[in-house]
Amino acid sequence: MTNEQLRQIRADFPILTEKIYTKDLIYFDNGATTQKPRCVVERIEEGYYHLNANIHRGVHYLSQKATEAHEAARSTVAEFLHAGKREEIIFTRGTTEAINLVATSFGEAFCKAGDEVIVSVMEHHSNIVPWQMLCERKGMRLRVIPINERGELDLEIYKSLLNEHTKIVSIAHVSNVLGTINPVAEIIRLAHEHNVPVLVDGAQSVPHIPVNVVELDADFYVFSAHKIYGPTGIGVLYGKENLLNAIPPYQGGGEMIQTVTFEKTTYNELPFKFEAGTPDYIGSTALAEALRYVQCIGLDTIAIHEHGLLTYATERLFEIEGMHIIGTAKEKSAVISFLVGTIHPYDIGMLLDKLGIAVRTGHHCAQPLIDSLEIPGTVRVSFAFYNTKGEIDNFIVALKRVVGMLQ
Amino acid sequence: MTINELQDEIIEEFSQFDDWMDKYALLIDLGNSLEALDPKHKNPQNIIEGCQSRVWLNAELNNGIITYQGESDAVLVKGIVSLLIQVLSGHTADEIINTELYFIDKIGLKEHLSPTRSNGLLAMVKQMKIFALAYKSAVSTKQ
Repeated sequence: MTNEQLRQIRADFPILTEKIYTKDLIYFDNGATTQKPRCVVERIEEGYYHLNANIHRGVHYLSQKATEAHEAARSTVAEFLHAGKREEIIFTRGTTEAINLVATSFGEAFCKAGDEVIVSVMEHHSNIVPWQMLCERKGMRLRVIPINERGELDLEIYKSLLNEHTKIVSIAHVSNVLGTINPVAEIIRLAHEHNVPVLVDGAQSVPHIPVNVVELDADFYVFSAHKIYGPTGIGVLYGKENLLNAIPPYQGGGEMIQTVTFEKTTYNELPFKFEAGTPDYIGSTALAEALRYVQCIGLDTIAIHEHGLLTYATERLFEIEGMHIIGTAKEKSAVISFLVGTIHPYDIGMLLDKLGIAVRTGHHCAQPLIDSLEIPGTVRVSFAFYNTKGEIDNFIVALKRVVGMLQ
Repeated sequence: MTINELQDEIIEEFSQFDDWMDKYALLIDLGNSLEALDPKHKNPQNIIEGCQSRVWLNAELNNGIITYQGESDAVLVKGIVSLLIQVLSGHTADEIINTELYFIDKIGLKEHLSPTRSNGLLAMVKQMKIFALAYKSAVSTKQ
């Protein structure tokens, strides 16, 4: 990416010129949520100003236009994930709801007491708690893949956990704390040897690396729009058609039905069976806009730029005495968790904030991981394609000042 | 000094700094000079579980006067604990219960702390008042 390209990209994100306590904003909290390009916000505005009518119901012009836009968005998502069929794309409220949907509906159809679910120690709470709830409901057991000292999954132990009781494996593609890119293709292949389906939590992967659900042979793949420059409140569940057909609806209501009588209701076909109530048709079109924007820059270009930021920031962080980087996997996304000496991460985050730098501190909704590492939490910087080496330089200056104050 | 005089003193101390980094440097100094909490008081009953840093608070009653001790694993939070102790320690239960802590707003601590952090701050104040209420009812039961 040339400097001119980067300048143009940054100009698409109005928020990047904000002043925070009179300082220039440096936004390094992209793992939590990304900023929105003008085209996404304009799409939302256009939706409400010119295309707003409830979808799939009205015979009138606006309703048909809104329906077309929503269904076109579904096709855009399907193409983005390289899904075989657009009916395999279900709109949800986000990654969390998508995982809850699968844990509930798949659990209802296929799980019983004594069965097992495999997750890993590096999962986000969203990929732990829904499975724990399923385990409690059904009397099942949660099995956990550990990590090595670099923050990579121990595949040997994973293999040993797969057995005749395993009903599903649910695993992050990229860790939101460690940045580790997990070998999901291999994880899926091994599970399929036991006829076990795999859900991949793509919240931290889709904004950074190209994903092909068919090549991966993922059974379920989920992500959130807001982490890929789209709006909040909408996300995606990709599921293989045969699996989605084999599991019951998650919620009941409008849209998901075929016919309703007080004696019996029959359900709509895919994808509507899983979209009870009025869907977020404004959000879906804005998500599609965000995906087009990302594809226009190109995920390969994004990956190269972000890897450059990761390498540069990692090198520069080590200029600071007492620097301890948590997560040093060979395959790593542009996320760096760190601690400096015995300084509490909260103190670093609070002071960096006063200098206009947005980072995340704490357990990052991955308490079991943080506890297993026996640390109080971390400071996390997570990059997006609009970040620059210049911002990293300013961040390092600020961090040195902050560490000097706290030591 | 009364609680309000102590609050005014803190407001004055912070008002000499325009830059937030200087105010935070003062908080860090206060945090670093806070007397360590006796390990026996660092028990689960005394913990105020915030989102990101842990805070312990303890209170003792001697001759009708309450003294507080506290600690946190984050130094900025320790600074805040130190300020609260500076203001509330050494007063009667009634004085503590009836006081309005306006210095937090005045020095901009509340608005400059994130919601979770601010809730943590409110939780600390609440706990200190609960200690005072508990001692008050203990004293009145004895009488």
